[in-house]
Amino acid sequence: MSSTSLTPPAPEAVASRPAAARVARAHGGRTGRAGAPGASRVARLIAFVLGTVWLVIVLLPIYYMALASFRTQGQYLTGNPWLPVGGLSLSSYSTVFSATGLGTDFRNSAVLTLASIVIVVLFSLGAAYRIVRRGSRFAAVSFRVILFGLAVPVQAIIIPIFIIVVKMHLYDTLIAVILAASASLIAVAVLLMVNYVRAIPRELFDAMTVDGAGEWTLFTRLVWPMARPVLAVVSIFAGLGAWNNFLIPLILTQSNSNSVLPVGLYEVASTSQYGIDVPVVMAAVMLSVLPLVLLYFGLRRQFVQGLGGLAIR
Amino acid sequence: MATVSTVLNRERAPVPVPKPGSPRRRVLLLADIVGLSPTLLLYGLFIVVPVVFAVFLSFTSWNVIGTLRWVGFANWSRFFSDPGAHHALLVTLELVVFSWLVETPLAMALGLFIAGTQRYRSVYAAIYLLPLLLSTAGIALMWEGVLSPEFGGLAWFSFHLKLSFLNQNWLGSPSLTLYVLVVIIAWQFVPFHALIYQAGRRTIPNELYEAARIDGATLAQTFRYVTLPQLRYTVVTSSMLIVVGSLTYFDIIFILTQGGPGDTTRVLSLYMYDTGFLQTEFGYASVLAVVLAVLGIAVALLLIRATGFGKMDSGREGIS
Repeated sequence: MSSTSLTPPAPEAVASRPAAARVARAHGGRTGRAGAPGASRVARLIAFVLGTVWLVIVLLPIYYMALASFRTQGQYLTGNPWLPVGGLSLSSYSTVFSATGLGTDFRNSAVLTLASIVIVVLFSLGAAYRIVRRGSRFAAVSFRVILFGLAVPVQAIIIPIFIIVVKMHLYDTLIAVILAASASLIAVAVLLMVNYVRAIPRELFDAMTVDGAGEWTLFTRLVWPMARPVLAVVSIFAGLGAWNNFLIPLILTQSNSNSVLPVGLYEVASTSQYGIDVPVVMAAVMLSVLPLVLLYFGLRRQFVQGLGGLAIR
Repeated sequence: MATVSTVLNRERAPVPVPKPGSPRRRVLLLADIVGLSPTLLLYGLFIVVPVVFAVFLSFTSWNVIGTLRWVGFANWSRFFSDPGAHHALLVTLELVVFSWLVETPLAMALGLFIAGTQRYRSVYAAIYLLPLLLSTAGIALMWEGVLSPEFGGLAWFSFHLKLSFLNQNWLGSPSLTLYVLVVIIAWQFVPFHALIYQAGRRTIPNELYEAARIDGATLAQTFRYVTLPQLRYTVVTSSMLIVVGSLTYFDIIFILTQGGPGDTTRVLSLYMYDTGFLQTEFGYASVLAVVLAVLGIAVALLLIRATGFGKMDSGREGIS
């Protein structure tokens, strides 16, 4: 988010100043007490109502899932799916851990996510530093090549990726998923980093260069410390992308020991045993999102920027 | 993406370029190579080479086990006479158009809403983003539960509140399921685009709203003559992401319908998956993949051209 984004007043807030009352009168609008024009009060009320409607739309399916996850299959089939009456139970959660084999998927997803974060953050920061420095034509050309990748959807190149992974004897390994997932995330990461590193004042680079600092010192003493806030943002962007990736592990792995969560969830839900046991599937989904929700409420600002990904200017 | 990279390449003045052949120049080049090659290697192996490889494969016949045969344009002429591909293309375009129509107004309204300063709005905004934390697999399974015909959440309403129109075979109806998918995808992505619009709204200079107020503009006029024109780049960015995203959309459709019932929701990416990984016809599947990529890039370029996005001056360096 750019520096101009610091708490600007909403359009309604602008319109509610005293002069706006005169305006509203001139247009035949009713004016309320203390200069708050009726029109903008109505607008704010409408905004509140519509905003609340969307809030309900967002929460309803999540609430449904949460409630279903705290039931046994019997309670789910006979009880009211929208109200916590008729008995709740934790048995679905224990089934997820004991019987579905998703524990391995959790571990694999954690490894995939951490490894992808490390690769994406380190690689993209190094690349962004050189792109912003623009010491040679090589950097400029590289940037163009990386930007080109923003336009390429992973779906369109998944067949060649599959073949390359098979030929490298990496099929059905977590390493293949880590590398492919990192590659699919790195263009956006470089862009985020470039925008941030670019904002480091030229004078700082110049001052350190005059003091005899080389390119490596500039990186470790200036770029790395200055870039800390954006490291969190890129970590979250990459972590979410890796944790929730579906297509890449679906294509590149097959054995249960290398399965990651999204694919594991899908497979558990497709088995004849648990496909009909909705509470177990819901409990598994709840568990898969729990770490992210906890992190989200702890690091909201970084999450918003990380989620924004491309939206950040 | 020449236009995009021109926009992006308008940077501040670079470091003073040393004379060719000087030691300083060699140091800079070496540093560039060290800094960039990890990214370029990863990127080259998993993005650039696959792009070239996909185009190459589209002229061959191969099922991984047998030998690779050059077949010229055979796969391409098959594409032009394959009703399955044409149908998939049509379904994809429907998905794109409906997604855009549903998501854009919703995202804009919500984005402006959460750009407001009232305290409760930032609390709402925090909750709005929850769908972005769920994996697409999780979202698909969650909605499968809600929409399940006999024991699902909507079915319960239809039985107990006598709202019989809610008792539909939501995910197995030839006339309905595509729209259900559009709604689910909107549920997932509207928050993301609202975030884009929120950021866009916050970059509009306050002076413009002051001026509109002094000129006596109503809220509707302010929106029409200040907010909307100022958001044009945001609209382009968001639209581009919606269009390219729904062109290639795969996960939720794959999990919820596998393209069914019949082939009513079999989008191009799903058709490609079936052709490539179920029938192991990698040559023909690559044609579909190339079509997918070309469509995505073409739409992006078209949007950039049509809106003059590429002529932006450097004062507003934009991403994508």
